[in-house]
Amino acid sequence: MTSITDETLPITPRAVRDEMIVFVIMAALLAIVPFTGLYPFFVMQALCFALLACAFNLLIGYGGLLSFGHAMFLGTAGYCSAHALKVWGLPPELGILTGIAGAFVLSIITGYISIRRQGIYFSMITLALSQLLYFVYLQTPFTHGEDGIQGIPQGRLFGFIDLSKPTTLYYVVLVGFLAGFLLIFRTINSPFGEVLKSIRENEQRAISLGYKTDQYKLLAYILSGTIAGFAGSLKVFVAQNASLTDVHWSMSGEIVLMTLVGGLGTVFGPVVGAFVIIAMQQYLAGFGQWVTVIQGVIFVACVLTFRRGVVGEIAHLFKRSL
Amino acid sequence: MPEVMTATRSPGEYSAAGTILEVRNLESWYGESHILHGMNFNVKPGEVVTLLGRNGAGKTTTLKSIMGIIGKRSGSVQFNGRELIRMTSDKIARLGIALCPEERGIFASLDVRENLLLPPVVRPGGLTLDQIFELFPNLKERLKSQGTKLSGGEQQMLAIARILRTGASFLMLDEPTEGLAPVIIQQIGHTIARLKKEGFTILLVEQNFRFASTVADRYYVVEHGKVIDGFANADLAANMDKLHTYLGV
Repeated sequence: MTSITDETLPITPRAVRDEMIVFVIMAALLAIVPFTGLYPFFVMQALCFALLACAFNLLIGYGGLLSFGHAMFLGTAGYCSAHALKVWGLPPELGILTGIAGAFVLSIITGYISIRRQGIYFSMITLALSQLLYFVYLQTPFTHGEDGIQGIPQGRLFGFIDLSKPTTLYYVVLVGFLAGFLLIFRTINSPFGEVLKSIRENEQRAISLGYKTDQYKLLAYILSGTIAGFAGSLKVFVAQNASLTDVHWSMSGEIVLMTLVGGLGTVFGPVVGAFVIIAMQQYLAGFGQWVTVIQGVIFVACVLTFRRGVVGEIAHLFKRSL
Repeated sequence: MPEVMTATRSPGEYSAAGTILEVRNLESWYGESHILHGMNFNVKPGEVVTLLGRNGAGKTTTLKSIMGIIGKRSGSVQFNGRELIRMTSDKIARLGIALCPEERGIFASLDVRENLLLPPVVRPGGLTLDQIFELFPNLKERLKSQGTKLSGGEQQMLAIARILRTGASFLMLDEPTEGLAPVIIQQIGHTIARLKKEGFTILLVEQNFRFASTVADRYYVVEHGKVIDGFANADLAANMDKLHTYLGV
């Protein structure tokens, strides 16, 4: 009989192969965007939100934890990066690292406080913490309150990549997005990701198999918060400002909406969801406040008619994992 | 309700030095509901001990209480001399105790391979995958199938198989034959006998005492959250009438 060990078992099941193929197609499509005439600012903004939604999805889709305060990581990293770039005059790479570090520290603190609670209590604690932070940023001098930090210099990445050129900035944001996406993809397809899925399905069973589930959940939370922070740092270079909008609870709601529209617990759903929502905001801007109403209608339609989200429904239709 | 018969042998009679599991005055609650009212029993190394009893007697709760996955418990549960009553469930698992729950607890979003490899190896001495596939050849053929797409029997095999990899030496199997075809029940019986031969200690919960009689060394009868009787397999025939009354069969 052929010996079967952990190592000789198939490590790349069909699902992962499908997802890798779609990833390559997505990367190729995004790489040709500057040649298509699409407004690069819109795509860059969508990429930042897509990474943010993917980070959020890691927590809810694979860990079963609905954070209703993910905007705090986006906003905190944005403020940290903006301050480092504008006030301290740090180069872009260190500005990004400062933002990531800010989100990392924040995720450790808030994760430690919230992770022992489940369900609605976890959501409420994360919402409360993010609102608390919102009011701190409203009062703290370094954030400039309602004015925010404006006119952030984009600078030269590693001293030679000029981020003030839109095409160059686009590719830097794209590389950042793809790197963050791959990190999440690797995580959910690792043994760590499998333990997360088992916790989402039956936490008690995972505990009784010998896992300290709180530690796994905390680690997932920190990873999610830090990647969300990376998205916030990238967004600073695109928007050249850091404002209270990014820490507001409505931003956390938008992240939930993006993930739900795209497909909760799917690999590519949050990316599609982010593009749909950002495109709506961009192209329906002429309707003013009605955009929010339209978003609400889409949310209700999504929940009532295709609960798996766009990508989730496609995956279900073709019986593929996406 | 049948009259509760006096035990021919006190459950405590089996208490002796060298037990691997010693349960004393174990009480458990689900919220306000008091389920176990002072369970007393023990298991010796290498034994297969079966808890028999009707639905709602407290058999499953006993296993959950040993594993520490119940809201509130008191009394004493000693495993190899270590007190488990204040220990968290993950630490209990790492002592080498594994529970195969009644609902099987297969993770639906993971395939057979992932379900098999998921539990952490808590100590050396677990079965290799080759040995597991020798016990359960069906699993080898269904490695890439999702947990939900397995038949009831296959799910049960997977639920047992995955705890064998961890190195746990004390297995608690909760109604492993429930809802399964006779041929699968037979296969599970062979597996338990084989595990016993290899030195595993097994605490089995069963309503089907005909199945249990093929594998068990001793029985405890549980009613209203207490052990009300206990006897060895050799005394089964002599206790059959009583057993019928206890179980209402």
